[in-house]
Amino acid sequence: MISSTSDTILSIEDLHASVEEQEILHGVNLLVKEGEIHAIMGRNGSGKSTLSKVVAGHPSYKVLSGSIKFKGIDILELAPEERARIGIFLGFQYPVEIPGVSNLEFLRVATNSRRKELLKSELDTFEFEDLVKERLKIVEMNAAFLERSVNEGFSGGEKKRNEILQMALLEPVISILDETDSGLDIDALRIVASGINRLSRPNSATILITHYQRLLNEITPDFVHIMADGKIIKTGNKDLAIDLEKSGYDFIDKNNKGKEMAQ
Amino acid sequence: MKSSTICQDWLDSLPTTEGCLKNEQSIGREFLLDQGMPSKKDEAWRLSNFNKLNSFLSLPPIIDNEDIKSQYKSIFPEKDVNRERIIINPKQNPNKNINLPNGIEKLNNKEIEENLGKIVKSTNIKNDISVCLNQASSSNLLALKVKSNFNQSLEIIIPSIEEKSISTRIFLLIEEGAKLDLLQIFLGNNNSAQNHLIEIKLESEVELTHGLISLGEEKESSSICTLAVEQSKNSTYSLHSIHHGWDYSRFEPRIIQSEGEASTIIKGLQVTKSKEQIATHSLIRFEGPNGKLDQLQKAVASEYSHCIFNGSIEVPQKAQKTEAAQLSRNLLLSKRARIDTKPELEIVADDVRCTHGATVSQLQDEELFYLLSRGIDNKHANSLLLKGYYDEVISHFPKSAGKWNFLEKLIQDIKK
Repeated sequence: MISSTSDTILSIEDLHASVEEQEILHGVNLLVKEGEIHAIMGRNGSGKSTLSKVVAGHPSYKVLSGSIKFKGIDILELAPEERARIGIFLGFQYPVEIPGVSNLEFLRVATNSRRKELLKSELDTFEFEDLVKERLKIVEMNAAFLERSVNEGFSGGEKKRNEILQMALLEPVISILDETDSGLDIDALRIVASGINRLSRPNSATILITHYQRLLNEITPDFVHIMADGKIIKTGNKDLAIDLEKSGYDFIDKNNKGKEMAQ
Repeated sequence: MKSSTICQDWLDSLPTTEGCLKNEQSIGREFLLDQGMPSKKDEAWRLSNFNKLNSFLSLPPIIDNEDIKSQYKSIFPEKDVNRERIIINPKQNPNKNINLPNGIEKLNNKEIEENLGKIVKSTNIKNDISVCLNQASSSNLLALKVKSNFNQSLEIIIPSIEEKSISTRIFLLIEEGAKLDLLQIFLGNNNSAQNHLIEIKLESEVELTHGLISLGEEKESSSICTLAVEQSKNSTYSLHSIHHGWDYSRFEPRIIQSEGEASTIIKGLQVTKSKEQIATHSLIRFEGPNGKLDQLQKAVASEYSHCIFNGSIEVPQKAQKTEAAQLSRNLLLSKRARIDTKPELEIVADDVRCTHGATVSQLQDEELFYLLSRGIDNKHANSLLLKGYYDEVISHFPKSAGKWNFLEKLIQDIKK
C-alpha cells in the first residue's frame, strides 16, 4: 500500500515530553505516511505508552520541545477532543470503565462529534443503532454490550474489542493502538487483528504498540521501531520483530553496546 | 435577630390551635416555647446553617386562601394514566375533593387516632425540632390507606407558595399484602418554605416503592421533611430520593423495622450549587432479627455549597442476623464546596453483618480524558460523567418520573 508519493499523516520531530516533572521521551522522531502500518516495540518503561498519550493530548503529559504534526498541522495546541475529531484515535491499553454511562450513548455522541467534523449529518438514535449493529460484526461483539455501562464489567478481551468498535465507528485517519493485544486469548487476538486489518484504508495509517511478535503475525507491519529510554533506537521491517522475538531485548542492548564501543 | 426571638415571633404568627390536629399543634408549640430552636451544641444540628434555618422561620405561614389564590398557578406535567395524582393545596383540607382509585381510601377518625404520631414517636429522637416545627404549624392531614392486597400507584405533589411557609402532614397505612408505587414531588418557589411530616405504616407482606423528588427550583427556597416509616415482617420498602435546588434543605428519613424480617433499600442523592446547604439525617433501626438494609447516599457539591449526610443504623441485641450495608459516596466539584459525611452504627447484637463506607472524590480525570479522546467536548463529557454518577439513584425511579425534568436540572445547574 505504500508508495513514495503517499502523503505524510503524522510527523514527530525530536519530541521531548515529561510526566510529573520527569522527562520520559528524549527526542522521538517518527514519520507515518498514508497506508502504512508501523509497530513500536520495546520494554516496559521505554516510553511507548507515553508517546501515544502525548499524541492524543493527555493533560498530564507535558511536551518540553519538538513537534507533532498531523497532515502538516501542528497539533500541540489542540485539545484532546479536537485531535480526536480530526482523526487521531488512541486505542487504550487499559480502557476506562465509566459506570452509569451507557456504552451506546457514549458511542453515539463520539461518532457524531467525528461526523460533524467530516461534515456528515449527525445520526439520531435509530440511525446510529443501524450503523453500530453493522460495525459490531467487525469485532464479533454481541449487541448486549451496547446496553451496558462503558467498559464496566467487560473482560479484558471485551474491552479491547470495544476499543476496535470505536475505531470502526470513528473512522480515524491514524490509529495508535496501545497494547491492544495484551490480555487477549488466541481467538480474541485473531478477532481484534482481523478487525484492525479490515479497517485499514489506503488513506489511513496505524501504529501498533506491542510487546509481542504474535500480533504482528496477524497484522504485517511495514515498519518496526524499537524504543528504549524514550527514543526510537532502531527501525527495520517485520524481520526486526522476528529477531527480537528470538533473541529478546538483550539483542538490542548488545547491538547498542557494540555501537557505543565502536564510537 | 436571635433565633429564640425568631422562633417566638414565628409561634406568635401561627393561627390559634384548631381542627383535627389541634392536639398535635399544642404539643409542638409547647415544646418549641419550652426548648426554643437548636444550637451548635445539638449534635444533630451542629453543621446546620442557622442563618438559613432562621430564614426558614421568618416566612409567614399561610393563614387563609386569599394568600394563595393569586400565586397558585403552577403548571405540572401531565399525569400518568395509571397513577392517581393528589396536589396538596395549602390551607385546603386535602381529604376533600380528591379522587381516590379503587383500593385507596381515606382513614376514619378512629384509625387516625390509633395511628397518628406513633411512628414518629417510636423513632425516639431527642429534641425533635423538625417534627415539632411541623406539629406546631400543620393544620390539615392527608390520611389514606391502601387496602389489603391492592396494587396501586399514587403521585403526591406539594408545590410552594411565594413568600410563604407551608406545612403538610401525611399519614399512609398500607395494609397487609398491598403494593404501592408512590411518587412524591416537592417543588420550591421564590422565597418559600416547606415543612413536611410523613408517616407510613407498612403492614406485613407489603411492598412500597417510594420515589421522592424534591426540587427547590427558585431562589431562597427551603424545605424540612421528616419521613417516618414503620415496617412489619416481610415487608419491602425502597426509598429513592433526590434533593436539589434548595437554599436550605433537611431530610430526615427514619425507618423502623418493628419486627425485623423486613427489607429496606434507600438510595439518596443530594446535589448542591451556589451557597446551598442540603442535609440528610437518616435513622434505620432493627427491632427484630433477620432485617436487611441496603443504603446508598450520594452527594455532589459544587461552587460554595455544603452537603451533609449523617447515617445512623441501630442494631440492638434482639436484631440478630441483621444484614446492613451503608455506603456514602460523594463528589466534591469545587475547592470551596464542603461535604460532611458521618456513618453512625450502633451495633449491640453479635451475630450480624454490617458494613459501611464513605468516599469523597472528584470527577475522575482518566474518565474525562477517555471521553475527550473520542472527540466528545468538555461540557458534554462532564454531563455524561455526572449523569453516570447520578444513575445509581436515578435509574430506580419509574420512567414516567422523567417528565419532571430533574435530570436536566441536575446536570445543567452543576458547573464543574
